[in-house]
Amino acid sequence: MTKQENRKPATANAPVQPLAGLDRDIQLRIGDNLRAMYDDIVKQGVPDRFANLLAQLDDRRADEKESDDT
Amino acid sequence: MSVDDRTRDEMLAAVPSLRAFAVSLCGNVDRADDLVQEALMRALANIDSFRPGSNMSAWLFTILRNHFRSEYRKRRREVEDPDGWHAQTLSSQPEQQPHMEFEELREALKKLPEAQREALILVGASGFSCEEAAEICGCAVGTIKSRVSRARRHLASLLSITDASDLAPDLRQVG
Repeated sequence: MTKQENRKPATANAPVQPLAGLDRDIQLRIGDNLRAMYDDIVKQGVPDRFANLLAQLDDRRADEKESDDT
Repeated sequence: MSVDDRTRDEMLAAVPSLRAFAVSLCGNVDRADDLVQEALMRALANIDSFRPGSNMSAWLFTILRNHFRSEYRKRRREVEDPDGWHAQTLSSQPEQQPHMEFEELREALKKLPEAQREALILVGASGFSCEEAAEICGCAVGTIKSRVSRARRHLASLLSITDASDLAPDLRQVG
């Protein structure tokens, strides 16, 4: 008997709630788009002005060290 | 002012996400960068109050958010610039077509109460936990959770009204 293959009745383990479907789709799409929109900016990395700002600290620190050493 | 290498690296690493957060708060890339710069300056001036090993990103977000709340909100009423976002985004991404849905989403985000918007961005886009977001916003975790879920529902209702076919025409007004 080959009917043994159909051991799992498809309907029994399908706890899908069709009512939530549309709202769920919208929520997923909002989540995806929100992250994509945000990541568009994140991907631009660190603009020079901020890298420079923090690099100045290094220079200042180096100066301080030099004056400490002498 | 003494900032060790690790602290500086952590600050640099937080900048991209800090900018994205700032853009979503003030809606304009140029002003967002000013906001980030001011936040970094404040952070540096108060670096002694940062506990090494704690969450640098959350600390900077807190500073930026509080600064925005105290300064930029007043100013925004004076110089509302609804087109700034669009223009800036286009010029900074020459190769990329503006996403229709982003445009729609941005408009919808603007209509959210600020507390809901920042909670949603922190949890839904920046990747902070509700606990971290609560710390950044200075409120209870439960408050964040309810703001996020209200923001989601709010957005869903705003977006489903203008869904699908309503998207395209507005973007064709150029020239």
